[in-house]
Amino acid sequence: MSAVIESHNHDDHHHGPTKGLTRWLYTTNHKDIGSLYLWFSFAMFLIGGAMALVIRAELFQPGMQIVEPEFYNQMLTLHGLIMVFGAVMPAFVGLANWLVPMMVGAPDMALPRMNNLSFWILPFAFLVLLSSLFMEGGAPNFGWTFYAPLSTTYAPPSVTFFIFSVHIMGASSIMGSINVIVTIMNMRAPGMTLMKMPLFVWSWLITAYLLIAVMPVLAGAVTMMLMDIHFGTSFFNAAGGGDPVLFQHIFWFFGHPEVYIMILPAFGIASHIIETFSRKQLFGYASMVWAMASIAILSFVVWAHHMFTVGLPLAAELFFMWATMLIAVPTGVKVFNWVTTMFKGSITYETPMLFAIAFVVLFTIGGFSGLMLAITPADFQYHDTYFVVAHFHYVLVPGSIFSIMAAVYYWIPKWTGNMYDERLGKLHFWLSFIGVNVTFFPQHWIGLAGMPRRIPDYALQFADWNMISSVGAFLFGASQILFLFIVLKTVMGGKKATPEVWEGSRGLEWTVESPAPYHTFTTPPKVN
Amino acid sequence: MFRKATTSVNKTLFSGLITLFSSNMFAAWNDLNMTEGVTAISKEVFDLHMLIFWICVVIGLVVFGIMFYSMFAFTKKKNPSPASFHENTKLELAWTVVPFLILVFMAIPASNTLTKIYDDTEGDINIQVVGYQWKWQYKYLEDDIDFFQNLTTDWDEIYNKTPKGEFYLEEVDEAVVIPVGKKIRFLITANDVIHSWWMPDFAIKQDAIPGFINTAWTIVDKPGTYRGKCTELCGKNHGFMPVVVKVVPQDEYDAWVQEKKEAAFRMAELTEKEWSVSELTERGEGIYLKNCVACHQVNGQGITGIFPKLAGSDIVLNDKARNIEILMEGVQGAAMQSFANQLSEVDMASVITYTRQAWGNAENGDGEIVVPKDIVEYKKPKV
Repeated sequence: MSAVIESHNHDDHHHGPTKGLTRWLYTTNHKDIGSLYLWFSFAMFLIGGAMALVIRAELFQPGMQIVEPEFYNQMLTLHGLIMVFGAVMPAFVGLANWLVPMMVGAPDMALPRMNNLSFWILPFAFLVLLSSLFMEGGAPNFGWTFYAPLSTTYAPPSVTFFIFSVHIMGASSIMGSINVIVTIMNMRAPGMTLMKMPLFVWSWLITAYLLIAVMPVLAGAVTMMLMDIHFGTSFFNAAGGGDPVLFQHIFWFFGHPEVYIMILPAFGIASHIIETFSRKQLFGYASMVWAMASIAILSFVVWAHHMFTVGLPLAAELFFMWATMLIAVPTGVKVFNWVTTMFKGSITYETPMLFAIAFVVLFTIGGFSGLMLAITPADFQYHDTYFVVAHFHYVLVPGSIFSIMAAVYYWIPKWTGNMYDERLGKLHFWLSFIGVNVTFFPQHWIGLAGMPRRIPDYALQFADWNMISSVGAFLFGASQILFLFIVLKTVMGGKKATPEVWEGSRGLEWTVESPAPYHTFTTPPKVN
Repeated sequence: MFRKATTSVNKTLFSGLITLFSSNMFAAWNDLNMTEGVTAISKEVFDLHMLIFWICVVIGLVVFGIMFYSMFAFTKKKNPSPASFHENTKLELAWTVVPFLILVFMAIPASNTLTKIYDDTEGDINIQVVGYQWKWQYKYLEDDIDFFQNLTTDWDEIYNKTPKGEFYLEEVDEAVVIPVGKKIRFLITANDVIHSWWMPDFAIKQDAIPGFINTAWTIVDKPGTYRGKCTELCGKNHGFMPVVVKVVPQDEYDAWVQEKKEAAFRMAELTEKEWSVSELTERGEGIYLKNCVACHQVNGQGITGIFPKLAGSDIVLNDKARNIEILMEGVQGAAMQSFANQLSEVDMASVITYTRQAWGNAENGDGEIVVPKDIVEYKKPKV
């Protein structure tokens, strides 16, 4: 090991990446793998987004116009699965790959070969999933929550391929998480204690533990489905003495921590960006860490709030209502900390800051509707309506996805050495911001007014706002092409970035050149 | 006690809003809000919803107010040198404890209402609700009334060939009829996949799960027709299985019960009658369009890979015994359910006969018909 470090001290440049396709196939470099994850996630974002547009096009007017109900159900299922497992999660893993080693002052991820494997099995998982569209009986059509027995006894034959693909995604996530944990625990620069770690690193450490805890539960759920479908068991089949509600308990025991897996890294990202562009140290670092840890722990005891209408006993309903409401406390602490960071700061509004502020505001709106949904008696009216659709899209699109976009704008000068086009970035922000709100805000109203989710056609009183929502969706979808253009333009060239890039930036990644050399911190930096 | 306090807070906030907006805008606002409903519980749920909503609005105004103020007052231009404070334990403690207290304030009325909703004692009238792909069955346990509720909106309306009616996708062939002022208990379950029975005006949403019986209850004082929907994804036609409940005065209800009983008697008489092929086929077509087209399609072609075609199917052409068996028992592990309890002997015989006669099946197969007595025979205990 020491020999390797010595040889690198002389010259960092002789050991650059190899050329061609094999560079990407065989790479064990965290930056290459980070880029692969991010590009993969963007491709999935476009595919999943196209499916969302099929859905919105069908809902543009009452009546069946474009697709059949059967295909509509396949679209809503694949849209959910692809966005959750293909777009949001890999994007965060990609950011972790790029940033965690640089932020903790490590030369690479701790387990580079496993890193390569955890990425390269992903495209196969999604090829298998997408290929089900061309199978007899069509793709999975039972919603991304795949409730049994609709997903077992009554499922199309392609469900077996779906199960296989979920297994691969799970394996990839678990490997990615192990890598993150080992890297953070063992490879921090001397002097970087846990409570000195950047918040993005903290958020990923917690996320990785959540992933390791719940992905096996998901694997268990789909394996039980597989047994029910092919091997004559009756885990979820009432006729055979099984229990369809058991499926929902298992699924949501995975599913609720899963939704925090998709938001915790966003908390980390927002903290860095708000701190930088307020030119003021983040307010309440320690409470931020404790808030994330509390949210993670609470996420294991709130799962049945997705199941208030399945007929749980009163005691369970009360417990899950109170536990869910409690999550508002640490989440509130985070929002107050961000606002107080901005208070008396010296703020400028570059694109990453715009996305980060929109994240805080719109995520908070999603949090409010989440609090409303926690109130069990009211949930009897909200449950499985567009109010829920509006709620989780508010926390996922202007929540998770805005934070990912903010991160891309914030760190892309470090990745490519070039500044992005600020005017186009701002244009992208405003188009996305307007698009997202026009799409999802009216869905609160049509949900309250009584439109159930997952229906391909609706009663006439919902027509106006559905049409507006569809218009917003196409605006949001189209503006992501602009995002692709901006990123490509930045990769190709642009104003050269300085090492620190932003005036108020803090952290180890801003001490290396831009673009960051292929190998960074082969000698660990010292942290005071 | 507490509930009264929250309602009055709610009303104060509400009347404030009314004065703010014109009555016209307020009416438009109501169309975008949760239905208040027509039962004591649904009104309580609505009040709870509004209470939480206004609390969120107030918190939002405070938090976003400070945020937007900071955004305008502390730009780099106006405030070139940022402050350096970055922690304050008292402040952190305050914004942990205060939200917690607000949550307790919300949780108390919510828990009270929930406890009231959780009353599963017997009702004056007990109705079993069974979800099927894609219709509802209702069994009045005291009166031995049993019927299915199907969507009646025409497929031509859905496929934009004819104009859509007033109750597009919210109209059914037979409404659930209940009397005013009586406690009705619903016992909700499902036959195939999970469905969910939602009646917004009663604030009832209860999943219908195979193997489970969930209960819900209501007392409605206002006569009228109330419309709801299935709210759990249950397959292809999930969007096409509405719920309609008609609330009527007691004497009208009694008359309805009497009429249903007489209709059942007339149906029994029909079973005894001698049927001709054309009579059966004609009756069968109606049954087919109501019960079978969703999967097997109007032309009997089904959907490749999921729902088998009936036109030219070997069983429909040449195997009468198996044909009856499939309709009576369903097919294990497939979407085909048992229709034994859904169709009377007459309807069962006529729909099978229809499929054996239509789409050229009569010419290509043995052309055998099924009469109501065949079904009666099938239902007899086998030795």
